[in-house]
Amino acid sequence: MALNIVVCAKQVVDPETPVSAFRIDADARRVVPAPGVPPVVNGFDENAVEAALRIKDGTDAAIAVVSVGSGFAMDVMKKPLSMGADQLVLVDDEAVADLDAAATAYVLSRAIERLGGYDLVLCGRQASDWDNAQVPLGIAETLGLPCVTMAQKVEAHNGGLVVERVLDEGYQVVEADMPALVTVSNELGEPRYPSLRGIMAASRKSPTVWTASDLDLDPARLAPSLELVDLFIPVTDRQCEMVEGEDGQDTGRRLALRLREEKLI
Amino acid sequence: MTGAALGVLAAGEWTDGRLYPGTGELLALGRSLDCGEVSVALLGDAPESVCREAVSLGADAVYTASHPLTGDGDADADVSAIAQICGQAKPRVLLFGKTAFGAEVGPRVAFRLGVGAAQDCVAVEAEDESGRVVVTRPVHGGNAMARLRFPDADPKVAIVRGKAYEPLAADGSRRGEIRRVELEPPVVRTRRVETVESRSAGVRLEDASVVVAGGRGLGGPSPFEQLEELAGLLGGAVGASRAVCDAGWLDHSYQIGLTGKTITPDLYITVGISGASQHMAGCSGARHTVAINKDADSNIFKAASFGAVGDWQDILPSFIETIRELVES
Repeated sequence: MALNIVVCAKQVVDPETPVSAFRIDADARRVVPAPGVPPVVNGFDENAVEAALRIKDGTDAAIAVVSVGSGFAMDVMKKPLSMGADQLVLVDDEAVADLDAAATAYVLSRAIERLGGYDLVLCGRQASDWDNAQVPLGIAETLGLPCVTMAQKVEAHNGGLVVERVLDEGYQVVEADMPALVTVSNELGEPRYPSLRGIMAASRKSPTVWTASDLDLDPARLAPSLELVDLFIPVTDRQCEMVEGEDGQDTGRRLALRLREEKLI
Repeated sequence: MTGAALGVLAAGEWTDGRLYPGTGELLALGRSLDCGEVSVALLGDAPESVCREAVSLGADAVYTASHPLTGDGDADADVSAIAQICGQAKPRVLLFGKTAFGAEVGPRVAFRLGVGAAQDCVAVEAEDESGRVVVTRPVHGGNAMARLRFPDADPKVAIVRGKAYEPLAADGSRRGEIRRVELEPPVVRTRRVETVESRSAGVRLEDASVVVAGGRGLGGPSPFEQLEELAGLLGGAVGASRAVCDAGWLDHSYQIGLTGKTITPDLYITVGISGASQHMAGCSGARHTVAINKDADSNIFKAASFGAVGDWQDILPSFIETIRELVES
């Protein structure tokens, strides 16, 4: 029987947006996407897609990618399909746009339940916009799944799961029974590039689109659990003293001497 | 209306018979909130000396729970244990350090208790008038800061970044009560098979007073030998940007930044690091930053006290040699 894998993915503002182009609407307390910089699939979620594809490379598996939000850029969200995922499910509704971590975990849990029959839920370790690293933990708590965080390697076979998880200094090998949830870190390695064949196949696939009412959501659980009172760009007003020499060698020497003058070395 | 809950409970950590330094920071933060008893939970049969250490650093009470599965890295057991202790202590604020333990157990406890959690906080404060709890945390890879206010529901769960608060000076005359808690046996659904330690001995990056780090601009792993040499001269540690670790030039344990280590050295020397926000999020606590980079417009110079613009291959050798002469003379 095929292994059913669900990967949770989020559309985010491109984190590689240059710092100089990063803007905030302070009144609305939201980030203003830089003009001409399209959104991307959260990088860690692409690592999770890659983890799913590596499992599928070695065994019979089906991969469904699920996302919650509104205003999806379809060419962006189809990237996991072009990498080799089988199905894309978008919970696309104004009612579920800009949810906080707890509410997002709730909606994703409902969507995963509706998909049904899953063996493994894979998530990126955190999203590069709010850096919360909470949604996967919330899904595991909501669905009552064993949870393994920070994977750099995921193997699934015979109902069992073997995960290498990154520690501060080294790694740990952990086993669990499925169904289970695993969060994937960038140490897993680069996500594969979509092949031309993959891009063609993805272009022929339509996402499954659900609204909030399809999931029979409890509105009370969509309210934010913390209130965002302020969003601002931190000010760094440090003056940098540039040390210059006649050439690179002289610059290096002068820099060292300057640090000694300041008693920094 | 804040309910009957009072006080602050810190989910403490300890190892090798000593309290983890971050736990002292949480206790200092707990006292600064000034909302009643400050207690600490120490899992895994903490010895009395560790409990006393927590008291000397500001705890009014210590909850110890000795179930053998707790406090040993099994998150299932720790989530269950902290949730149960929380049920007994009924704190208004529940604090975790941003460690492998806190970043996972904190949000899971919050979900289990049906309350919100604030991850990676650099400040936790009580508002003047209302006394409501507000946190500050970096978001968008450190490009922005968010202030978030907790609702009335207790406990308010905050996961606090290391070194954001100074621990109190230890005071051996402080008195505190040790409360032993009987736990329901936890159900642990994950099995640890093997743990592989990677990093060799030396100054820990997080504890180093001097850090020398390299970035993508170094072009490959071999220049890091020169950084090792420089770090050796200054008694410091070597670190790297995420690009370096992703490229496999160095092990991930060297990574400084939002998804790597947070460092707070007196002197931070960077070579070939552009200073992406996600990197700066891990080194903004450095007292003095010195940057060598070929691009004068690099973000790193905005955080640096001293900079040199140019090819590192021209600048670094004479920089290292001059430092050698200075420190050895």
